[in-house]
Amino acid sequence: MSTVRHIQEHFPLARVAIRRCWLLDRFGLSCGRAARFLPIKTLVPACQIGHINCGYVLFFLALLLIPSGSIAYGAESPSTASNLQRVLFLQEAQTRIVFLGTTLLGICGGLVGVFMLLRKRALIGDVVGHAALPGIAIAFIICEVLHPGGGKNLPALVGGAFLTALAGAVCVMLIERYSPLRSDAAMAMTLSLFYGFGAALFTVIQRIPTASAAGLSSYLNGKTATLVTADVWIFGIAATVLSLMTLLLWKELSLLCFDEDFASSTGWPVRFLDALLIGMVVAVTIVGMQTVGLILVVAILIIPAVSAQFWTDDLRRLMIISAVLGAVAAGGGTMISALAPRLAAGPVIVLCGSSLFIVSLLIGTQHGFIWKVIDQKKLQRRIRSHDLLRAFYERVESAHSGGDVSEPQLIDTRLTTSDLLPMRSWSLPELKRAISQGMSSKLVETVAEGGLQLTPEGAAQARRAVRNHRLWELYLITYADTAPAHADYDADRIEHILGPDLVHELEQRLFQADEQSVPASPHALNPASPSDT
Amino acid sequence: MIIVAMSHATADVTSVSSPDPAVSPLTIRDLTVAYHRRPVVWDIDYSAPAGKLISIIGPNGAGKSTLMKACLDLVPHVSGQVQFFGMAYRQVRDRVAYVPQRTSVDWNFPVSALDVTAMGLYRKIGWFRWITKPYREQALQALDRVGMADFAGRQIRQLSGGQQQRVFLARALAQEADLYLMDEPFAGVDAATERAIVKLLQELRSAGKTAIVVHHDLQTVQQYFDEVLLLNLRLVASGPTKTVFTAENLKRTYGGKLSLLDQVGARIAGQSG
Repeated sequence: MSTVRHIQEHFPLARVAIRRCWLLDRFGLSCGRAARFLPIKTLVPACQIGHINCGYVLFFLALLLIPSGSIAYGAESPSTASNLQRVLFLQEAQTRIVFLGTTLLGICGGLVGVFMLLRKRALIGDVVGHAALPGIAIAFIICEVLHPGGGKNLPALVGGAFLTALAGAVCVMLIERYSPLRSDAAMAMTLSLFYGFGAALFTVIQRIPTASAAGLSSYLNGKTATLVTADVWIFGIAATVLSLMTLLLWKELSLLCFDEDFASSTGWPVRFLDALLIGMVVAVTIVGMQTVGLILVVAILIIPAVSAQFWTDDLRRLMIISAVLGAVAAGGGTMISALAPRLAAGPVIVLCGSSLFIVSLLIGTQHGFIWKVIDQKKLQRRIRSHDLLRAFYERVESAHSGGDVSEPQLIDTRLTTSDLLPMRSWSLPELKRAISQGMSSKLVETVAEGGLQLTPEGAAQARRAVRNHRLWELYLITYADTAPAHADYDADRIEHILGPDLVHELEQRLFQADEQSVPASPHALNPASPSDT
Repeated sequence: MIIVAMSHATADVTSVSSPDPAVSPLTIRDLTVAYHRRPVVWDIDYSAPAGKLISIIGPNGAGKSTLMKACLDLVPHVSGQVQFFGMAYRQVRDRVAYVPQRTSVDWNFPVSALDVTAMGLYRKIGWFRWITKPYREQALQALDRVGMADFAGRQIRQLSGGQQQRVFLARALAQEADLYLMDEPFAGVDAATERAIVKLLQELRSAGKTAIVVHHDLQTVQQYFDEVLLLNLRLVASGPTKTVFTAENLKRTYGGKLSLLDQVGARIAGQSG
């Protein structure tokens, strides 16, 4: 513990960081577990003090020290390098504020977005964003009528936006519930109706003589660069409240998204939870609207959540990864737009998120495209070698007029390509390819005069491949109605999938049906009889 | 129409914890449900005996699932009254467990088998709280009872249809209810799962619990269930399987689909003769 105290004494900021780690612990997310799915542990030397993981402490320290430490750098010069340094180290107060605001927004967008996606309402964010437009216009007109020239009253505009956005969401839900229209039609309807109304009101506003409607367009496209401290305060509070709500309610929200009927039957107030989720989406939208604009705000909700799905199949990790991706996209986008003064932050944030999405799509550990391709290639190789081995086995089997072929019998037999060619419907090049693959994985070997011979490993695998193939075939025929859900032809041991009793039954059946035998299982099995279950 | 004599015993409020055989776990009176102005379930009267396995059978679109959902207040009913253990459903939720149709949810949802099972405990855990270790262990026990403990950490998409169904049953078991309402638990499951479910139903019965099961396989009704409800919009017949599951009643339930009925009719004739 002395190390902790030492850090605390010498770095006042560390106290904050340590407390944060402790809070993480309190949330039931032990650092050890958290570190498993966050790459932090690999980035910073991890050491354990008490129940606090120092890796985390250092990570948060780094986050806090970069901006504060960099202020000391001071002196600016017009060169690109110093410009880069100026932005990366957040030397300007304005950049710092904007960075903090957008990052918080990214986090809460990522968290809320996960549930929006799981509720299969990915597009509701878009509807909500567009439905906010008439609210802004109406609030502006009312303020303008009451105080000519004072239309741009931020709380009023935000309030108006919130109300019509909520009305839009409720409208979609009502149409879904009480009309035969499907939800995509309901959303398209609502979106165009509200946006059209808003656009019409905007043309009215432009004709009001006292009004200066210039700033209003920032709600359409965002105004990140001109965010002020007051805005970020609102952002920060809203984003923190929303993130906390999602974390506290994840159990209830996940039940709502997974099985609404069951939730309702056990007494959860399903409609309230549904309304709450919509309300949270509306809140994120309203907050995000000021950064990325109401047209792109759906990206803040959807892109992190969708990207996170490529990395994990666990809801808790999904939430964390989505929040991190949201933060990185928003923070990174802000940085890049600060580097190039004419680049609006909103679109850059969306582009940043999109590139994270593409990276996830390609290399996401759980469902990434590259791994799928590699798996596919592996499967192809496996099937090819199984084909070769089965052809070998069947050829030997026919020579021995049926019956189980033992491994020594298999090893002793020498075959040529012309023996194997008629065994399957393959062309000579295909067969040669299979043979060369078999040789490289040491399943077959060449002997004198172009003959082929199985290695002991090849013989064992040949028996297993034939056994699995025949049993699967029979299984698919026998249990045609339920079979496809089970079928995993690539599995090493059919018993792992179907269970020993079912395999035993299949073996019996196969023997009775056409007196064809299956090579005995190469694994020692406890003799299982159907009565075992 | 055969209607079992209803036990109109008034509910004893103090007996909530221990099942009282005198009070029917489910009493339905004049229940009518309508979708879009068309009745889907019409004037049902039924009182379920306690401690029995009861099946609801009928052709597609007969309103079997709707009847179950209407009892649980999941779809609004036009008229009638439903009582569980002599009380309104709201008051005795904890004693009733519902197993929806397996196909009613999206199995791509990013949770594990254990997570789904733990959902049966959410009510007990309460608002805002995270699932702590004792609850995880309870969920694991429930999974073990359906033979799925080895698959606890498996993502639910990777389970077969039968395994998914067992996870659903485990979730209901975790609720530790006295009455189980199951919607088509035998649909599209493999033989091993079917055996596991039957074994589980028998265990529940020996523990004095009641199960009402929407069933589609006429071949196995006599083998698995003590009581049967024949439903086709209205209640055609209900009562002990031995007296109610007759060729005549089946014909009245399923109408003219004879090819199906002849088969079952032959079985019934063969068993009684």
